[in-house]
Amino acid sequence: MARLTSIQDLEILRDEMERKRDPLRREVAICTGTGCLGLGARKVVSAFEREVELRGLQREINIKETGCPGFCEKGTLVVVSPPGIYYMGVQPDDVPEIVEETLCRGGLVGHLLYTDPVTGQKAVLEDDIPFYNHQLRFLIKNNIKINPKDIFDYIALGGYTALSRALSQMTAQDVIEEIKKSGLRGRGGGGFPTGKKWESTAQAPGQPKYVIVNCDEGDPGAFMDRALMEGNPHSVLEGLIIGAYAVGAHSGYIYVRMEYPLAVENTKFALHQARELGLLGKNILGSGFDFDVSVHRGAGAFVSGESTALMNALEGKVGEPRPKYVHTSTSGLWNRPSLLNNVETWANIPLIINRGADWFSSIGTEKSKGTKIFSLVGKVNNTGLVEVPMGMSLADIIYKIGGGIPNGKMLKGVQTGGPSGGIIPARHLQTPVDFEELTRLGSMMGSGSIIVIDEDTCAVDLARYFVDFLCDESCGKCLPCREGLLRMREILDGIVSGTGREEDLQILKEVADLMRKTSLCALGRTAVNPVLSTLSYYPDEYTAHIIEKRCPSLACKALVSYYVEPEVCIGCGLCKKNCPQGAIEGEEGSISVIDQSLCSRCGICFDVCPPKARAITKVSRGLVQSKAIEGEKA
Amino acid sequence: MTDDDKEKLDKLIQKYEGKEGFLIQLLLDLQSEMHWISKEAIKELSLRLKIPVSKIFRVASFYKAMNLSPVGRHNVCVCMGTACQVRGAQRLLDATESKLGIKSGQTTRDYGFTLNRVNCLGCCAIGPVMIVDNDYHGRVDSKKVKLLLGQLASDSQN
Repeated sequence: MARLTSIQDLEILRDEMERKRDPLRREVAICTGTGCLGLGARKVVSAFEREVELRGLQREINIKETGCPGFCEKGTLVVVSPPGIYYMGVQPDDVPEIVEETLCRGGLVGHLLYTDPVTGQKAVLEDDIPFYNHQLRFLIKNNIKINPKDIFDYIALGGYTALSRALSQMTAQDVIEEIKKSGLRGRGGGGFPTGKKWESTAQAPGQPKYVIVNCDEGDPGAFMDRALMEGNPHSVLEGLIIGAYAVGAHSGYIYVRMEYPLAVENTKFALHQARELGLLGKNILGSGFDFDVSVHRGAGAFVSGESTALMNALEGKVGEPRPKYVHTSTSGLWNRPSLLNNVETWANIPLIINRGADWFSSIGTEKSKGTKIFSLVGKVNNTGLVEVPMGMSLADIIYKIGGGIPNGKMLKGVQTGGPSGGIIPARHLQTPVDFEELTRLGSMMGSGSIIVIDEDTCAVDLARYFVDFLCDESCGKCLPCREGLLRMREILDGIVSGTGREEDLQILKEVADLMRKTSLCALGRTAVNPVLSTLSYYPDEYTAHIIEKRCPSLACKALVSYYVEPEVCIGCGLCKKNCPQGAIEGEEGSISVIDQSLCSRCGICFDVCPPKARAITKVSRGLVQSKAIEGEKA
Repeated sequence: MTDDDKEKLDKLIQKYEGKEGFLIQLLLDLQSEMHWISKEAIKELSLRLKIPVSKIFRVASFYKAMNLSPVGRHNVCVCMGTACQVRGAQRLLDATESKLGIKSGQTTRDYGFTLNRVNCLGCCAIGPVMIVDNDYHGRVDSKKVKLLLGQLASDSQN
């Protein structure tokens, strides 16, 4: 790789690549993001390689491993270009058919195309698929076109033009003004105006200064940062270099959580290639600006995603937050001025520099500009990453893009903002999603997870889940968070196991109020949101648990029983065979009966009961006895 | 520690020579070499780096990724992130615990398996998710767990 020593060099390289591109060569892009890998993408890649080699088509066909384009629900995703035929749910066995039908004969493999569940209509191209065509994608659109381990793929799509523009035509102050004007706000959760943050780091006295990418995406349910860092690392890196130029930093860090090994690998690769091309290092593109970056792996601590805790971790210390009376923009990493932004924030920077602040601020709502990537997960038909303009309603996201709720269930609510967020009930679905509106409803934007819950999820149990999660993740440095969470967990554990008392609700509110006012960092201050939002939106569920000792969603283990409907049991014996407690009686061929005194309510019998029988039902505890008595009478 | 292990340790330390704030990275590297971080290793590190044992131990015990006791040959990790949770991760964990006969955080007696829960692997769209060794598995239910683990157990016996 020859080092690029000027802006012209980059343009020459791009022209040359365009000239050398063989327009007849077809491309098979296979998503190898962590999601598709979990559904077997590695085997699909090998199958393509084998098939193409077998037919001697290596010259005509380019197999490309790409990052995640978002539609994880339908993985493994394979796109054949031109013209961009979108195949879904591809298994290794489907590969010979794709090669034969599409690559050799130019036809389509119908059963692998997206099929509209209502009309039955097939969609061929990305833009024909409802999941995609209601989105507005700038940040993740290129993921399916780029091999993250090949910097030239990024450059071919216009990569690093924003950097060359910033370095050659803009002063550092110009860059900051442009970001300020764009109205971009931090995508990591807080929503602080990015340009303002940059300006205060730029103005802070002292050198060296540092720029940092926060890819410690710990919010359960959010994975947009993983997809960007894994799938298009150069877009983040380009933003980071521009940021470093703007604030006058010469070294930077990318902090990636160790739960994302592929992101660590691809980021390291990207840095290496950028260095070789001279996009990192001394005198970048002949501009006289020096900058380099290193990768720091996290070691599994949720709280380390908090900016000051992350800086402690970068220093090799325990990742506990620092008191925030001094801003990190003046005294951050090694007590030096430091600029930390989230992955998605950084990835927005090249877009703003290329297309201008006015373009960016024309998208979105009054106070929340641009697009936002959400991870749409949980009980929704089309799960995955969706990028939409700020201000789209939750209903549009869930129904138009997400395709609604599976199995004809009722939507109960939406959890946003991770453990610091809250649960928004179904009646507020028309709310436009932006920073202000979500906060107004007692939740928050957070990093952008939208977890859809249906009638089977218990609101109290979900609140308990988050409190339990945070008990595990609280660093324990300050008392309100450490002890407050433990007490809340104790109370909630009691409620979901049927030993809750009426006065518990008042105590929960008091503890929450204290934690909110006195915790050291945002983890403790916002930890109360899941509890307070469920208390205010689902008070009936709390009282049902406490007074009637009943879980309306039949989700709380201690308050349900499993019961075999004798009329429908086919006596296959599968439940008995799989019961870890030996709690099921009945010979093969005769009806099974669950011994409630031995049953641990693990639900395995419920899972294994064949769909044609569906003889095992979940009922509220106490009902089983009355059912049995009814049975005897009959 | 054997001399061989000590040599490995020296090599790792060399890698970070002259750098600041490397302790966490060094411990992570050490763990990928040895699979866990032993008391002896911490003592040796302390001697070589002139960092008190207490300080190294504090870091090693703070971070979840660092194992302070030996782990099994196979590493099983069940994701307990919210998206997996609402799709039945608890049932998956129960099934895994019952199949392996250990609780999460424990290692089987024969050092065959270590079971852990993790707070989010970021494959939320295909939940519930588990990792067996380095492979991700999506949409896992109790039946698939039995199959996956049964396969591994019989492989390692052969």
